Amino acid sequence: MEEVLKFFLEYKDMIFIITLSVFLGIEVISHVPAVLHTPLMSGSNAIHGVVIIGAIIVMGHAEELLPKILGFLAVVLGTLNVVGGFVVTDRMLEMFKKKKK
Amino acid sequence: METIQKLIEFSNEISILEISYLVASVLFILGLKKLSHPLTARAGNLWAAAGMAAAILFTILFHKTTITHADGTTVVKSIGNIPWIVAALAIGSFIGWYASVKVKMTAMPQMVSIFNGMGGACAALISMMEFPGLQNELAAAGDTHMLTGEAIAILLGLMIGSVSFAGSMIAFLKLDGRIGDIKNPVLRIVNLSFLVLLLVALVVIMLMQPVAGNNWPIYVFTAAALIYGVTFVMPIGGADMPVVISLLNSFTGVAAAMGGFLYGNQAMLTGGILVGSSGTILTILMCNAMNRSLLNVIIGAFGGSASGGEEAADKTVKEISLSDAAVLLSYSQKVYIVPGYGLAVAQAQHLCHELDNLLASKGVEVKYAIHPVAGRMPGHMNVLLAEADVPYEKLVEMEDANNEMNNTDVVIVIGANDVVNPAAEDDPSSPIYGMPIIKAQDAKNIIVMKRSMAAGYAAIPNNLFYHPKNRMLFGDAKATLQKLVAEIKSL
Repeated sequence: MEEVLKFFLEYKDMIFIITLSVFLGIEVISHVPAVLHTPLMSGSNAIHGVVIIGAIIVMGHAEELLPKILGFLAVVLGTLNVVGGFVVTDRMLEMFKKKKK
Repeated sequence: METIQKLIEFSNEISILEISYLVASVLFILGLKKLSHPLTARAGNLWAAAGMAAAILFTILFHKTTITHADGTTVVKSIGNIPWIVAALAIGSFIGWYASVKVKMTAMPQMVSIFNGMGGACAALISMMEFPGLQNELAAAGDTHMLTGEAIAILLGLMIGSVSFAGSMIAFLKLDGRIGDIKNPVLRIVNLSFLVLLLVALVVIMLMQPVAGNNWPIYVFTAAALIYGVTFVMPIGGADMPVVISLLNSFTGVAAAMGGFLYGNQAMLTGGILVGSSGTILTILMCNAMNRSLLNVIIGAFGGSASGGEEAADKTVKEISLSDAAVLLSYSQKVYIVPGYGLAVAQAQHLCHELDNLLASKGVEVKYAIHPVAGRMPGHMNVLLAEADVPYEKLVEMEDANNEMNNTDVVIVIGANDVVNPAAEDDPSSPIYGMPIIKAQDAKNIIVMKRSMAAGYAAIPNNLFYHPKNRMLFGDAKATLQKLVAEIKSL
């Protein structure tokens, strides 16, 4: 039990952020019309590409060859997620806009 | 003097970095908020992208890591290997941009699935690279176990990221029609045990004594998680892939958040958790649109069982000739088109628009009845028809369309099947019983355009085809529409 309490105290800031973000995520999209389900999924798909920051950090401190190769790969994959995700979403939404005219 | 100067400079940079993360987090939240309203959606996407760009740029410029050496001295290191990082960013951007611009609108769900898998793989790779370092550190400190927050974050990130990657690849292959479903009930029991096994392995790895360089457990763990990703998605029906992609999308969000936890990085943490929670809600909303529960999708996938099929077997279908169809349509007052994925696959949405223009010029009122899950993803059909320049006002949502069905002269069902299946309303034994449908059977006449009498994607027989008011127009949607348009023109 004491271990758990210690763990909570050590990471309390992050546990707070996680907990509040969970509610925020639910709140933010709870009234989305069905028409936007696909673009929203695609858009949030791009947002989790934020994992690329982690890839940049690892790559930035890689010294040996293997970590360098893996890091390079991680950055490429992360970028694919980010760039591909946002561009695809934009393309979908562009069509919605066109028909508004 | 010099050290103090360095310290001030160092803290300035860190502050700017942290501010950029705060801005990025706010932009992610506002972006998601805007993405859920039709008018602001496009701006929302750009806002989130701007937040991402800021976070990436400032991480490269200002990120610092404090490295503690074995002798207790600490070094503060900036991001190195910058040329390599920039090269990787350039390659990823080019491929990602090129693939997104080139992909056909019908293949959009597959594309999203691939990009999601890339994010999962990225999270898994980060964990694989961070584990050895953490283990060495703990081994040097003489710890007897690895029960730390970092280890939990690394292992969970590795597991969720790998499952998401492997699962997304299977979802992609299924959507692309390259692999079918394996509907074996045993597989579900195997899956459940597999998941429990993975979680046990996670705890076991943390309880093991850290030995520097002893990394085989996480390689085995990764391999197991990858296999689980495959077996998790394998038994789920192809028609349910959108729900699965949405679920894996939220998984990847959680995996990214684990990275944020590991590095104490707030942008990754908020971004990841936001996607994790909103993705879960979105998944549930999608299931609701089909009137099913998430558990039902994952465990009770649409069976291939032909419930209600026996009674349909001996019924006969009536066909309609092109000229009859042309006459019927031309002299109608009100026509509803019910488009399905078959229309999109045949790339016939432009012809469909031509047909509705042609009929409109003859004074027929033509509208489209859009089922929320028509196509391969919710909202997919709206995107596809918008691509063909069908005006927004002509796209009518299911409920409104159903209210008008009684005074509709003709309903043309093009490449749709399950979304007009009356079994959802009157056959409690049907797997789709309870799913809201477009009530084509209420219209005065029905024309179903279909390649053959084969069952739909969910493999459920459709009694609408045998309905007294229905007549079939067999053939490829594109070719048939082409002929129909020509026939109406020649009237």
